[in-house]
Amino acid sequence: MRESSLSYASLTARGLTPNRWDLIAFPLVLGLLLLAGKGAHETLAPLSALKEPVVSLDPLRLPEYALRTTLRMLAAMVASLVFTFTYGTLAAKSRRAELVLVPILDILQSVPVLGYISFTVVFFMSLFPGRVAGAELAAIFAIFTSQAWNMTFSFYQSLRTVPRDLEEATENFHFSAWQRFWRLEVPFAMPGLIWNMMMSMSGGWFFVVASEAITVGDTTITLPGIGAYLARSTAEKNLAAVGWAVLAMVLVIILYDQLMFRPLIAWADKFRTGQTGAQTAPQSWFLDLLQRSRLMRTMGRPAARLLGALARQRFAPLRPRKLRARTRRSTLIDIAWFAIVASAAGSAAWRIVVFFASGVDGTEIGHAFLLGLFTLMRVVVLIVIASLIWVPVGVAVGLRPRLAEKVQPLAQFLAAFPANLLFPVFVVAIVAWHLNPNIWLSPLIILGTQWYILFNVIAGASAYPNDLLEAAASLHLRGWQWWREAMLPGIFPYFVTGAITAAGGAWNASIVAEAVSWGNVKLTAAGLGAYIADNTAAGNYPKIVLGIAIMSLFVTLFNRFLWRPLYIYAEDRMRLD
Amino acid sequence: MTILETAGAAGLSDPILRLRGVSRAFPKGAGEVRVLDEVDLSLRGGEIVGLLGRSGSGKSTLLRIIAGLIRPSGGEVIYRGQPVEGPAEGIAMVFQTFALFPWLTVLQNVETGLEALRVPPREARRRALFAIDLIGLDGFESAYPRELSGGMRQRVGFARALVVEPTVLLLDEPFSALDVLTAETIRTDLLDLWIENRLPIKSMLLVTHNIEEAVFMCDRILIFSSNPGRVSDEIRVSFPHPRDRLDPEFRQLVDDIYARMTARQTMGPAGPAPKLHLASWLPRVSTNMMAGLIETVAAPPYDGNADLPEIARNLQLEVDDLFPVAEILQHLGFAEVREGDIRLTPDARNFAELDPQSRKTMFAHHLLASVPLAQHIRRVLDERPGHRAPRVRFEQELEDYLSDSAAEETLDAVIDWGRYAEIFAYNDQAAMFSLEDPKPEPVD
Repeated sequence: MRESSLSYASLTARGLTPNRWDLIAFPLVLGLLLLAGKGAHETLAPLSALKEPVVSLDPLRLPEYALRTTLRMLAAMVASLVFTFTYGTLAAKSRRAELVLVPILDILQSVPVLGYISFTVVFFMSLFPGRVAGAELAAIFAIFTSQAWNMTFSFYQSLRTVPRDLEEATENFHFSAWQRFWRLEVPFAMPGLIWNMMMSMSGGWFFVVASEAITVGDTTITLPGIGAYLARSTAEKNLAAVGWAVLAMVLVIILYDQLMFRPLIAWADKFRTGQTGAQTAPQSWFLDLLQRSRLMRTMGRPAARLLGALARQRFAPLRPRKLRARTRRSTLIDIAWFAIVASAAGSAAWRIVVFFASGVDGTEIGHAFLLGLFTLMRVVVLIVIASLIWVPVGVAVGLRPRLAEKVQPLAQFLAAFPANLLFPVFVVAIVAWHLNPNIWLSPLIILGTQWYILFNVIAGASAYPNDLLEAAASLHLRGWQWWREAMLPGIFPYFVTGAITAAGGAWNASIVAEAVSWGNVKLTAAGLGAYIADNTAAGNYPKIVLGIAIMSLFVTLFNRFLWRPLYIYAEDRMRLD
Repeated sequence: MTILETAGAAGLSDPILRLRGVSRAFPKGAGEVRVLDEVDLSLRGGEIVGLLGRSGSGKSTLLRIIAGLIRPSGGEVIYRGQPVEGPAEGIAMVFQTFALFPWLTVLQNVETGLEALRVPPREARRRALFAIDLIGLDGFESAYPRELSGGMRQRVGFARALVVEPTVLLLDEPFSALDVLTAETIRTDLLDLWIENRLPIKSMLLVTHNIEEAVFMCDRILIFSSNPGRVSDEIRVSFPHPRDRLDPEFRQLVDDIYARMTARQTMGPAGPAPKLHLASWLPRVSTNMMAGLIETVAAPPYDGNADLPEIARNLQLEVDDLFPVAEILQHLGFAEVREGDIRLTPDARNFAELDPQSRKTMFAHHLLASVPLAQHIRRVLDERPGHRAPRVRFEQELEDYLSDSAAEETLDAVIDWGRYAEIFAYNDQAAMFSLEDPKPEPVD
């Protein structure tokens, strides 16, 4: 896994986006969200009288809650996969769709995950009036939004880079599009997809916890699960229960990793193309067990046979494909297509303006923008601090293979662990010592995501070529010169990958971290995250939209003008070949 | 030539570099695995010394010990009267993989070593430009390594090593990653500079597995034998530079060294190959290479009896490519190798005539008869009720005697051969040996 992290991360970090399409994508996405939220809100106000399941703080109920939480994650992952396969394929196969879909995906990626839930909760609950299913769907949708985008990007990029010779081979052997998809494209995209699934999963725990207990206006969701358990223990100031929730989460993540992800990664290793054998092939005891046990193989065979048969279907007549020349008509269609998309975006933009006009004025926008700057400052300062700490540590660890082998899984585990489970502990401390929440709540936004910096730097330092280390020693490079000329450039691409993930996570976390409570004590730090959280709780839709729009804008600009150039620079200049 | 001789004469009295009883071993299982065993050597001013040996013989490890990059587990390296305990000033190294920093330009790559030595920037720039000029890189100062061809990259490697004006230049197979033409050009350029005494160095130590290269460049060749690595032979080369590869004397010396190295491999002048043990290290030689060599030697003009150096030359192969193949053929009872000659056994002549399936049968027979590890795996599989056995089972057995990587390579080699011979099946995903062939899957 280690050596692959970089190449797969690059797939998502480096967009191929033409800029004018962004201008269209941004209003389209926001307009769509707005419609979903607003429409449902207006028509379905009385639905909030939901028969709410009560979460018990009995630790013995925790296994059941943990299971339900995990099932939500799984359901969201299935949905993400379906989305990935369709959306990614469409974007890769159709030039016109690509022009719109890719920028949209890019914007979707920068909308804060918890923003989606504010909009969609009411909509989903309206689908199943008075039943838990709607709330479940809303939570699953929120988790889906935290997982799907980077997977889709990865898949789309893989489809775009399928080796020409393999493609020609499938044509030569008369594969139908369906067969080519399962025989070539999916397997080729698999390593990148799996890696991104893993990243999605580790991010997902945070949001599953956050979305199990949420209040939008007068609609309150409480879904039996670890997140709801935590919410109740926080409300009741029960620190022991918080401890139980943390313990349950630790166990769940470990089990999930061992029973689901390690096997998947070890299995997907066979999809690596190219003849270069990895230095260490990923291993999984559970996969070994499955593959070696006769019983398991026998049980798995019918399913494998069914899937195999499905992949072998043609779903298309067997006849030679005719090559078509491009005609002039296609430019006309292009123009028409552009016109349609542009007018859709225009009308979406108009709706947003009208909507804003109903609830927010210029001062409000200015206020939210200022709060955005506060949060931006928090993110930047904390990324810098975390980098100053974790880069040296990561290098020190990464250069010691034995140590790295032990620390790396720990860092990955910490990255997956939903940091919001630990927030109550911090809140208790801040309350007890009367600390300034504007400063002391800030570390919470990076609590969970700093580990991405650590494990990417460890990966970078482990992958640092031994001959360059020897050359540096032989040339007597020492101290700052060693860092500047030998080590830092070598790990830079890895660091950027980690920092991008950490910064993205920090923006997302700010919605939860800038406004926290312990019993009836409520702490708020001035920032855009708290603004969104407060307005979500109050059900103030125009302000939620404003907050989310501004945060998406910040994130998009941040990506465009900082991370993407840095990434491209790192890829071009510091690539080790 | 005169300059060289005076330099040599001046240096002869006291060696610049002296190794005494240098060993390197690491603990393994019950005992330890020795990579280097009591190596003594000395390097005097004005000479190029070659360390010639097969890959895996520990010669690169030795070079790194001299460079101060690895610590020996026994013995010492004395450079100018001082023990080497870390990268020593005055010893520079050129790497097989070039080891250039890809994010630095050519000029920055060359300057970086000077900066480390606290040479003032202006002086550093002047010296770097001079070195770049000397090594034939002018015009490429601002290029990044990836813009350069392999040959140009290695020139940067040389410039970077020379610019610090070292006393000793260590060369770790510097030409083996280059194509033949490029390698020859850079070799000649380097030798010209050396002969004209324009290099700021006193002597060079060249690690190589290429016999011709060693004879072409060196004044003294130390032949390195493997497992554990030690100096087994010393040969003086007294031809004047520039040397002519086609000169019969040159050729004779190359053949001689070939013979010495094969003699070393096969122990003793005559008789059958030494018996393999269960845990003998085996190189990963493909069955295609084996069949190819058998066919080549069986066909005219060799008719079953050939000179290895000649075959190597004709096939554009090096010692490292050909020795292991010949050696394995010998172990399998397909050939006798002696003093640089290879002679096919009657079975091998037969093999050359057979169709693919019969070849497999014959190969299986020889494999089971002469490679104890293959025999052992087959027996275990036969005895087990499910006829399955995990890879680790055998790997652990081997690791008691071999280093991890050697154990892995040996097992991989036997897996290749066993699969070809169809004496067992192996599933790499599950790392599992079995006797079952893939079942024909019913197509629904």
